[in-house]
Amino acid sequence: MDTTDGPLVPPQHRRVVLGFKDAEDLEAPDLPTESLPLNMGPSHPAMHGTVRMVLEVEGEKISSADIQIGYLHRCFEKESESATWTQVFPYTDRLNYISPMLNNVGYALAVEKLMGIADDIPERALFIRVIVGEVSRIADHLTCLGAGAMELGAFTVFLYALKAREWLFELLEEVCGARLTSTYLRIGGVHFDLPPEFGPKLLDILARTRIVMSDIGKLLERNRIFRDRMDGIGIITKEDALAYGITGPVGRSTGLAYDVRKDHPYLVYDRFDFDVPVGSVGDNFDRYAVRVEEVNQSMRILEQALATIPAGPFMINNPRVALPPKSETYNSIEAMIAHFKIIMDGIHVPPGEVYSYTEAGNGELGFYIVSDGSGRPWKCRVRPPCLPAVAVLTKVLPGLFIADVVPTFGMMNMIGGECDR
Amino acid sequence: MAQIVLDRLGARFTGGEILESGSEHGDEWARIRRDAWIPVAMFLRDDPSTKMEMFIDLTCVDRFGKEPRFDVVLHVYSVSLKHRVRLYCGAPEEDPWVDTLVSVWAGTNWFEREAYDLYGVRFKGHPDLRRILMYPEFVGHPLRKDYPKEKRQPLVRRQAGAPD
Repeated sequence: MDTTDGPLVPPQHRRVVLGFKDAEDLEAPDLPTESLPLNMGPSHPAMHGTVRMVLEVEGEKISSADIQIGYLHRCFEKESESATWTQVFPYTDRLNYISPMLNNVGYALAVEKLMGIADDIPERALFIRVIVGEVSRIADHLTCLGAGAMELGAFTVFLYALKAREWLFELLEEVCGARLTSTYLRIGGVHFDLPPEFGPKLLDILARTRIVMSDIGKLLERNRIFRDRMDGIGIITKEDALAYGITGPVGRSTGLAYDVRKDHPYLVYDRFDFDVPVGSVGDNFDRYAVRVEEVNQSMRILEQALATIPAGPFMINNPRVALPPKSETYNSIEAMIAHFKIIMDGIHVPPGEVYSYTEAGNGELGFYIVSDGSGRPWKCRVRPPCLPAVAVLTKVLPGLFIADVVPTFGMMNMIGGECDR
Repeated sequence: MAQIVLDRLGARFTGGEILESGSEHGDEWARIRRDAWIPVAMFLRDDPSTKMEMFIDLTCVDRFGKEPRFDVVLHVYSVSLKHRVRLYCGAPEEDPWVDTLVSVWAGTNWFEREAYDLYGVRFKGHPDLRRILMYPEFVGHPLRKDYPKEKRQPLVRRQAGAPD
């Protein structure tokens, strides 16, 4: 694929540069041990997210792993089936709660595809969606990198990453009024226009975030402890990534150059110049490096989007989809009835089935929606991007040490809200 | 976009294995007879003109009041050829089962467990068909349309006669 860069750090250079020993030298001799079941979780300080792992260990070595999810199941699909199409937005916020805007985007595009109004969305709304989505992606990756490093003892990195994430969340709060539960998108556009001075503020935050990213890189990339626990640990092969359906940064770390933004451009991603970083080994360090590079690429997209965003409306001009302006709602009976119908009955979506997919923080976020034309979704399925990455752990963990569970699980970036729905 | 996949399927399986196929909103789909579920999946994965090497999603739809009541829905994608297809496999209400695809795409394992958990469709030959999102003591399958949304099933039941 010509759009992708080569491997970030060629594997053969890593240990040479840092003067590490070969992995074989570090391996302990096999001693006869008795197998012991070990519970990790559901509430464990070194695991972010509520998940239970039942490990079978022989000494320090894991011989089998049973990973039990579902502790954060909140009946997303069941609740959606009795909500109007617009009322599903707040539920999607709580899927991947670090980057709710990206979930909003995925759901809005799915419904618009089913309604056949995807081509009528104003240009400015498409740009705003790209911008808030990429800001969320940076926040998502910062959280994963920071938390992953913290679990290995690098607490400074965590604080730096959260500091930068907080700048981004405060900016999103100016856009939509909420840090996490944004509910910013609407079918047909976005709820509000961007606030004044949004562009300069974002550029300033990006400049400061670049410094933070460089600091994080300096703290970690030549850090012996960090590299020892990341390099060559938790290797996922490209074949496994395909068979398990692993996408996003975890999938790309295996060398699988699949990014929905590049391969099937949606919104206006085809107008921006950006690269898709891929790894070469598929180990924890590759997953770290891919995320770092994706933050840089998201910044590139943001700068281009801010430079080219057009003025104009940010909501579709279709009275069956968009709420009338408040001034009309309060002053004319037609607009008030239109407002009432959209709020109470909901937007009418024709019967049909659609699968729509976007690139969320963790990979391909798919919405498979079935409508029977009743005004409520018949089925609103989310294809959670981090579920396959957690599923593959049952295959990756056996053979590793207990201590390897922490960085490996951290770099999968399991978000309970998304995995369990 | 993926019409070639449907054409190849129609040319390879001529014994009525492909019950129906079509295209909707740019998504190509085909309905597969239950006994041909695994051969069709194998063919899609291995045929050089379809090359569906990537598993994307597997779920189920409850078409309450229609026959067959359950549809197992599979989405697969070809990274090299950049096309995707949706496959349905019907399962009747009385005995809802479908063959497992774990031997074709290993990732279907957890997704099939989820479909079993939430819809009660059994996957024949599945190595580990346990509940995944609900707890083992849970009774019923919550995403079925006849499972009331308000129904509560507390894991720790109150003792009979205990004060409120």
